[in-house]
Amino acid sequence: MIIIGEKISIIAKKVREALMSHDPKPLQELAVAQAKAGAHFIDVSIGPAEENGPELMDWAVKVVQEVVQKPICLDTTNIKAMEAGLKAHNNQWGAPIINSTSNEPERFPMMELAGKHNAKIIALTLGKGSIPADAEDRCVIASEIMARGMEFGVPMENIFLDPLILQICTMQDQGKQAIRAVKMFQELNDPPMQTVVGLSNISNGAPKAVRAIINRNFLSMLLYEGLSAAIIDPLDKDMMDTVKTVEMILGKTMYAHSYLDM
Amino acid sequence: MALTIPKETYSGKIYNVQLGSGAKAVTIGGASALPFLSFEGTFPNRPAVALEVADIAPDDWPETLKKAIGGVSANPVQWAKFCQEQGADIVALRLIGTHPDQQNKSPEEAAKVAADVAAAIDIPLVILGSGHAEKDTQVLQAVATATRGKNCAIGKAVEENYKTVAAAAMANDHKLIAMSQLDVNLAKQLNILLSQMGFDKERIIMDPMSSALGYGLEYTYSVMERIRQAALLQNDPMMQTPIVCDIGANVWKVKETMAPDAEAPEWGGLEDRARAWEVITASGMLAAGADLLIMRHPGAMAKTKELISELM
Repeated sequence: MIIIGEKISIIAKKVREALMSHDPKPLQELAVAQAKAGAHFIDVSIGPAEENGPELMDWAVKVVQEVVQKPICLDTTNIKAMEAGLKAHNNQWGAPIINSTSNEPERFPMMELAGKHNAKIIALTLGKGSIPADAEDRCVIASEIMARGMEFGVPMENIFLDPLILQICTMQDQGKQAIRAVKMFQELNDPPMQTVVGLSNISNGAPKAVRAIINRNFLSMLLYEGLSAAIIDPLDKDMMDTVKTVEMILGKTMYAHSYLDM
Repeated sequence: MALTIPKETYSGKIYNVQLGSGAKAVTIGGASALPFLSFEGTFPNRPAVALEVADIAPDDWPETLKKAIGGVSANPVQWAKFCQEQGADIVALRLIGTHPDQQNKSPEEAAKVAADVAAAIDIPLVILGSGHAEKDTQVLQAVATATRGKNCAIGKAVEENYKTVAAAAMANDHKLIAMSQLDVNLAKQLNILLSQMGFDKERIIMDPMSSALGYGLEYTYSVMERIRQAALLQNDPMMQTPIVCDIGANVWKVKETMAPDAEAPEWGGLEDRARAWEVITASGMLAAGADLLIMRHPGAMAKTKELISELM
């Protein structure tokens, strides 16, 4: 499974302060720790960054890639900031991921950017109006997004369909619908479409004591259905052990008594 | 319509492991595709063939084999030189005389033989203990020190003694042969344990435990196939070490390499049959991904090298 390390997020106070003061150190420390723990991509979330978006993303991408030889998952709703991130990105270690587009018109330009810069892109199966009711609804939205991708010259293998993870504590049925959607998304194309989730949304609103348990178990079910990527905290050892164990049980890695140490 | 050959894409690659030094150094490994599929990947190094030398006169070897070696088998140094003259890529010295059930030779005696052999040849040297896990720890330690700087491969490190044997290889800049018993998971586990004690995984040669044609060759074959798939298709760093197949020791113990002409006339003459048995065993191991073969019959070695040349 492709692991997108989620730690560099504007939501975290330490990161927010570092972004505001242009202090590279906290970002770089988080980037190095996540890469070491097994992250394949480093998510850099700067939020909407309405005032200085392009300049901020340019800076953040460069300071992160200064210390880790990994591609970045560029996380902002600001189109100009996204474009600045794509331009600043060093593709030597792989193409970046745009996080994200959806079926909302204001997010269409993100897909256009993916075509223009040959980037990968996360596509949330969310349209205008209400949230999708079930997996079938999500597939309809996914098809529309895929058609738009073709229009903008984005190869299907560059799109990661995201079934939109909703919180289990208020919408209990949605967890199961997301799992079904991951399975069904793959059938929309040959070779199968790639899939991704922002995992921890599932446990938003739940007490801290159960959040990690919900996250881990949910992930193992998604992996069983063929999930390709997840935005998670690679520094969470229990989470990484779950990933390794499921991949081993599914035969994607070879068993050895010390497989967790690998 | 033009035929398009379906091609597998591989994410992993076998490590290059160099033995010896100078012009006669041999590098094994490096493959980026399953064996001999040159349209799918690159094979920078051809599989190497080592001829085996024993530290004591090999009285228990079949007559056919002794005849092929000639009069040098009582002297390991002369024997090693003979192997080099015969065109072996590598000499594999097996210190069978140190086994408690054989002559129980001391580590010091073994070290002297190893040093003398190393000094007499300019091709690389593989040094194997007697296979007695406990005795091998002392023997291989002494031997590793005595041949320091020769960039040998020493072994075999097994589950019971890997710490000491690996430490001896590490301290003296040798490569290490790590053996597990026909089990992919234990092979991986041993490599992980070696890495965890600080032994560079790119200095390991994996021995999946060999067998002879007709006597379980298919088990070794399957294990090797699975190891290579994990290495190349799953990009498993612990499975990307080159593989050695120690076949001579197995082949020259089976009935087909010993039964005289009169006993089984329908099997063909003993000499050709026995030699062919070793060549065919070798060819099976090559097809499964062997990077290094340890053989006993000079004629079988020459034939195997010919086969490799034709396949590469």
